[in-house]
Amino acid sequence: MTPLQGCLLVSALLFAIGLAGAVTRRNAILALVGIELMLNAANLNFIAFWRYGPNPEALSGMMVVIFSIAIAAAEAAAGLALIIAIYRHYRTVNLDEINKLKG
Amino acid sequence: MMLESAVHPAVGTMFDTLDQIFVTLKHEAVGWFPDAWRPFVSALISISFIPLVFTTLFGFVTVIERKGLGRIQNRYGPNRVGIPLTKIRLCGFGQFISDGLKSLTKEDIVPHTADKAVHFLAPVVLLIPVLLAYAVLPIGRNMTAVDFDAGLLFFFAVGGAVELSVFMAGWSSHNKYSLLGAMRAIAQMISYEVPLILSAVTVIMIVGSLRLADIVTAQNHYTYGVAHWFVFTPWGLAGFILFFIASLAESNRSPFDLPEAESEIIAGYFTEYSGFKFALFFLGEYLGMFAISGLGITLFLGGWTAPFSFLAWVPSYLWFFAKLMALVFVFIWIRGTLPRLRMDQLMNFAWKFMLPLSLVNIVTAGVWHFMGHGPLRWVVCPAMIFGSYVILGRGLMQNQKLGKRIYRYAE
Amino acid sequence: MFFNQSTIQRFNNLTVTLPFIIIAVVTLFAAAAAMSLRNLVHCALSLVVALAGLAALYLALDAQFVGFAQILVYVGAVAILIVFAVLLTRSDATPNQTILAPGWFTGIVVSAAVFATLGWAALNSTGLPREMPPAPAATVKDIGDLLMTQYVLPLEVIGLLLTAALIGAVIIAMKEEIPESRSSRRESAPSEKLERTDVRCYETEKGGAP
Repeated sequence: MTPLQGCLLVSALLFAIGLAGAVTRRNAILALVGIELMLNAANLNFIAFWRYGPNPEALSGMMVVIFSIAIAAAEAAAGLALIIAIYRHYRTVNLDEINKLKG
Repeated sequence: MMLESAVHPAVGTMFDTLDQIFVTLKHEAVGWFPDAWRPFVSALISISFIPLVFTTLFGFVTVIERKGLGRIQNRYGPNRVGIPLTKIRLCGFGQFISDGLKSLTKEDIVPHTADKAVHFLAPVVLLIPVLLAYAVLPIGRNMTAVDFDAGLLFFFAVGGAVELSVFMAGWSSHNKYSLLGAMRAIAQMISYEVPLILSAVTVIMIVGSLRLADIVTAQNHYTYGVAHWFVFTPWGLAGFILFFIASLAESNRSPFDLPEAESEIIAGYFTEYSGFKFALFFLGEYLGMFAISGLGITLFLGGWTAPFSFLAWVPSYLWFFAKLMALVFVFIWIRGTLPRLRMDQLMNFAWKFMLPLSLVNIVTAGVWHFMGHGPLRWVVCPAMIFGSYVILGRGLMQNQKLGKRIYRYAE
Repeated sequence: MFFNQSTIQRFNNLTVTLPFIIIAVVTLFAAAAAMSLRNLVHCALSLVVALAGLAALYLALDAQFVGFAQILVYVGAVAILIVFAVLLTRSDATPNQTILAPGWFTGIVVSAAVFATLGWAALNSTGLPREMPPAPAATVKDIGDLLMTQYVLPLEVIGLLLTAALIGAVIIAMKEEIPESRSSRRESAPSEKLERTDVRCYETEKGGAP
């Protein structure tokens, strides 16, 4: 197994763990944590391909990952603010009980 | 070598050797090992120097702080413990030995409902990032342990990891006051990180590099015998003051020590820590103070360079430690003098005063750079900074009515 | 990192190295723990370990700036945000009911299938480069140059996005004060009147005893 394949396997496993967690857990916050793990797995993929690719001088992989980190941070902030607002209304963050649109 | 001095060449080379003595010693020591081991040994020697030196410095500074605070409060500080088991007093400088022994032998009490694993790991998680931060500080000429290309970013990254340990300590103690103190401490640290980083951004802009050794080299030339430290420029002075205030807040020192003050919240997030874990927290806090002072010295006060060219023969690491001790003295002085800020006053100060002022400072640094040399920029830039300082200060004072004091007595 | 060139050529050419395996195993264990522990604060702390492990992987792949930015943004900010959200939604106690959502088994099967597909694609593709090219000089200056010339539009858009996210998050999470304060003012007014009549106060301009 070449180092690149090792990185890709790690990133795939990380993505699968994030997906499993986001889908299986009841708490809304853990769904967000799963999404963050998936984003990080994709970032690792980008960096691995950038490093082993034909033209690492162009720094394109690094650029995408920098923007991806910024976007993930913004999305985590907005998502967690939503969860806090929902908690204030429903008094729970259990995803099964947040199933009505009526305010 | 690179020393500019008006001293006789033979004496000059002697001071050159003295300046680089640790570097040559390290090269010699690494040369004794076989070729494959050399990178490891070199790294090991560079980094083992850091805990040894700075922990000893921590010991001395605790005694100096207590004596200094004592003198400010018109009393003697510790002056009994010198060399243990003898009658030699050494003006009380052996106090840290007895304090260390005391904290090692004290009983380690962990609350019954505390989260044992997290409670145990919190001091460790505090110490590791703080010690990591020293790796990028240029302590002398060619004496940076790990010279990253993005060294300043590394420093701020590991500084952000300290907040996690504060949370771990506060939450795992299962104590309302600890949690409250931890939340306040984290809010304070996050708020003051922004002016801290923004005031460092002005230096990065002017130098054009994140490598700390480059930043020191950019300050290493002299005009009319005075060094080109950034603190001697208007934006540098404002930036240094902002950086210093923010570093006071980051290290939870007075006047920003609401999260851990004894009269406020019984030591805050480390209420439930006793014995050696408390000593580790104390150590971590002081080491953090040294690290961030070291960074302030590197960014604004010229790192290891001498202030005047006729003093450039003094070895570079002595200058670094002299400046470090000066900054630590100012920390202690401020602690003994200023009253504590309330939480809302603290947050208002960070977000409404320091953040706009650091943004104005960035613009001023840019204006300074593009105005070219000459007396005009020495007039325009201080005017910009002083003007915005006055406007922000007056603007924020509108809500408070500072009229004559009215006394009310109940009957 | 601080390996010299000959060590790299001896180890890194065609097999995964031991440091890589150690960091990867730690990261994966921490990620699995982050998704499966009962106590949410433990999950958040394991997430921190996973993110730090990823930063170490980025450093091993010569992406210094991204590694440090990962620690600064994720460990220093996003993890603290998650921890604050856990505390503000009172989820920090260990739950006593089940932690799994209904339909959890399907979720696990689907993620296993996703991993199988991605793993098969990674291991069996023929077009992947095998050797590591020489380390690129990814200095911060180059990144800055690129950000200001080729990627200036994404940079400005990210600035706008972050401002919008900041303002939006503050507004969403802010307490709504207006409907509550009217009723509370009506309730507290009579009791305040009672308290005021009990105390007679002197008001003097100067200090000193009355």
